[in-house]
Amino acid sequence: MSLLEILQYPDPRLKQMAEPVERFDDDLRAYIADLEETMRAGPGGVGIAAPQTGHLIRVVIVDVSSKPKIEQHGRLVMVNPEIVSYEGFAKGREGCMSIPDYTGNVVRAEQIVVEYFDEFGEQGQIESVGFEARAIQHELDHLEGLLFLDRLVSRRSDLFKRKTYKK
Amino acid sequence: MTHSYILSVVGKDRPGIVSHVTAALYDGGCNLGETSMIRLGDSFTIMMMVRHDGTVKSLQSLLSTVADSLGLHVHIDKMDGKLHEHPEPDVQITVYGADRPGIVAHVTGALAEAGLNIVNLDSDVGGSGDAPIYVMHIDGVAVEGVPVLESALDVVIKEGVDAKLTPIETMIG
Repeated sequence: MSLLEILQYPDPRLKQMAEPVERFDDDLRAYIADLEETMRAGPGGVGIAAPQTGHLIRVVIVDVSSKPKIEQHGRLVMVNPEIVSYEGFAKGREGCMSIPDYTGNVVRAEQIVVEYFDEFGEQGQIESVGFEARAIQHELDHLEGLLFLDRLVSRRSDLFKRKTYKK
Repeated sequence: MTHSYILSVVGKDRPGIVSHVTAALYDGGCNLGETSMIRLGDSFTIMMMVRHDGTVKSLQSLLSTVADSLGLHVHIDKMDGKLHEHPEPDVQITVYGADRPGIVAHVTGALAEAGLNIVNLDSDVGGSGDAPIYVMHIDGVAVEGVPVLESALDVVIKEGVDAKLTPIETMIG
């Protein structure tokens, strides 16, 4: 295994569309192992997408199990993932390993259902909420050539109102 | 030698203040860093980090023409700080209530004692002229942790404002 170089904005490859994976072979699994090692080596990184390493294929990894007390599914390798349902909205703070020293507020769906294949081509489906759902949406954006910079809402004003008004 | 300055500009609001001020700085060879620019009442206010090859006086003179023509007050402080020194806020606090003198002083006093370092604060007065409401929004670093801030906020709420604290969990992906 080896660490991959993480592209940094304004590298134009971060703004390109990724292609679906067609062969679930050892090469793919070797690449995914490198991608995972790269994600875990990053400071606080809970997700990574293949285009961040210059590989324009539809592969992401998410693992938010380092965060205490949240609903989550542990290590998720998602190949050709697709979000098939969105519910609710929440504003949260995001950063990106491809955009050092900048964080911003982004509105994401609170709850999603994702269909995907694992690294062996097995189909899976999960329902994800909150922080993990945010991470998945952030990573899937990379597959479309979108960065969280494309979705920033003002730091200064709450352009978005919460669904519930709990004290 | 290049120095960093904090440049403050205040004047009656009108279209073009930002473009004229920043064009004068650009023409003078300056480089902008972090900035905060906002309309307050009928004034427009600018505070920004500027890198400039020269003194306070030479920076002042770059802006003298535009300041005179737009009626702007300019103030300049030399600074040691640099870019890329962002603290990452980990709490967000919203406070609102019927407007009265002392809300900011009381709330921030209690929060400072509980270890809040404010990174960003903005506040506004809304409602109607005879029943104004005050709304304040703070991003900050909970130096001594979130629970002690929550306790401080509970005290503030008993004194008659509404307040909510939300931890900020930044997602790095």
